[in-house]
Amino acid sequence: MNVLDWFLAPFQYTFMRTAALAGVLVSLTCASLGAYVVLRRMAFIGDALAHTVLPGLVIAYLNRWNMTVGAILAGIATALGIGWLSRRREVREDTAIGILFTGMFALGILLMSSVRSFRDFTHMLFGYIVGVTDAQLRLFALIALVVLVVLILLHKELELTSFDPTHAQVIGLRADRLRDVLLVLMALAVVGAIQAVGVVLTSALLIVPAAAAAMLTRRLVPMMALASAIAIVATLVGLLASYHLDVSSGATIVLTCIVCFLTAWVLRALRERLSRTWPVSGD
Amino acid sequence: MRFCLPYGGSRSEQPPTNAPALAAHGVTVRYPGAARAALEGLDWVAPCGARVALVGPNGAGKSTLLKAIAGLLPVAAGSLLVFGAPVGAFRHRVAYLAQRGELDWHFPISVRRLVLTGRYPHLGWLRWPTRADWRRADEALERLQLLDLAERQIGELSGGQQQRALLARALAQEADLLLLDEPLNAVDAATREVVSAVLRDLQRQGRTVIVATHDLDRLQADFDDALFLMDGRVVARGVSAVGERVHHELLGNHRVAVAA
Repeated sequence: MNVLDWFLAPFQYTFMRTAALAGVLVSLTCASLGAYVVLRRMAFIGDALAHTVLPGLVIAYLNRWNMTVGAILAGIATALGIGWLSRRREVREDTAIGILFTGMFALGILLMSSVRSFRDFTHMLFGYIVGVTDAQLRLFALIALVVLVVLILLHKELELTSFDPTHAQVIGLRADRLRDVLLVLMALAVVGAIQAVGVVLTSALLIVPAAAAAMLTRRLVPMMALASAIAIVATLVGLLASYHLDVSSGATIVLTCIVCFLTAWVLRALRERLSRTWPVSGD
Repeated sequence: MRFCLPYGGSRSEQPPTNAPALAAHGVTVRYPGAARAALEGLDWVAPCGARVALVGPNGAGKSTLLKAIAGLLPVAAGSLLVFGAPVGAFRHRVAYLAQRGELDWHFPISVRRLVLTGRYPHLGWLRWPTRADWRRADEALERLQLLDLAERQIGELSGGQQQRALLARALAQEADLLLLDEPLNAVDAATREVVSAVLRDLQRQGRTVIVATHDLDRLQADFDDALFLMDGRVVARGVSAVGERVHHELLGNHRVAVAA
């Protein structure tokens, strides 16, 4: 089998084409938001959001409601809950999030274990991107559109509150409200990511491509674009690897992201060594 | 009319004429959750165009006063008017330079874009900076001798250059009232020169500048009014009175040190 076949042959199947398209949409959404997640040190919140969605998924499943809608509602409720908790000072924010997220996740597992069939729940935990339906695909496209449009429209405000909340407040911007907006966008992004890589690995799609991009650029917008490109490539390569090796796609997608991160890390180290050996004149 | 969705709701364009830059009557400020007031019963009027120094030991209430004027801390009692209106009415006319530590200097943003954020209160929601806004930012960078460094990531600047970048942002904002919290703390001689020159320019343009400072050598040269704060209260007013008080305090400390 030649290299081109390795890449193209799997896509003669409709389910692979749908999976690839879903992967691209989810990657684009998660990675562009991921830049803020990494820069604002919200990685833990991203992980928590993914886990707290589980009871929403299970409750929707048990009642035969639309599971994606259940996930979105649970995600938004959590996002606003975290926003509310972080404005209060009785408990440290990371402790509060830790309590909320493990509690919700435990509730999800409890509900899951009350049902006999575990097949669908395994997909929730570890992802099942080749099982994406056309309706889900349309929803992921809508989520990607909403997230990107909000990121573009609120770009200068999100950027400013991320690095200088004091100036933002002086000129009349509410940094906490903009944080709530980011949290809701993250909740939306997480719902797609759960389908692709599962609850357990979702935060990888938010964090790893953006962290890799942060190694290579010192500008926000290029960082978002690069993170999206890395995530798309990693998702497609991971999907193909999973097809050829017949292993879990969630695992191969996340591991490919990690390989990208390590590559970026090595590139940065090499670049720093080079600039030390031959410094640019005038610097 | 140009499309405008200002931050923080309504926005007043013109301040009432003849109103002082700042009028404080019995102003008391408390940090959230703190029992003791950080600033108590302040009565003070600063006319437009004044250059005022706030002097006093750490914890005296200098930063508290600046934060209250900037709208970062609520006024617990008394009235605090900026250009004749309550705090928050003229947000685009007030620039506040926090101490350097309050920014995330690792954030991936260029010096030019940092200065451009000074234009945001004029833009409001959903409007992108225009070419004129970028030009204002560049003019401010040039005035602070930072144009060569405009494309650097902000963390690559030295402490003094970062302070200049923040002052450049205040210039780009074209604020009428500038609140500077220890702008000369731990900066190089070149920065001191440039900052002093810019403060003189600002006064010539009729702008009001209030500076919390430990730099007492330049009190007479750089300021035309001063407040000496201690434990949240004003204990001396006027440049010469504050100068004497500072002298007295220093001698007092010296005597204590000798006695110990």
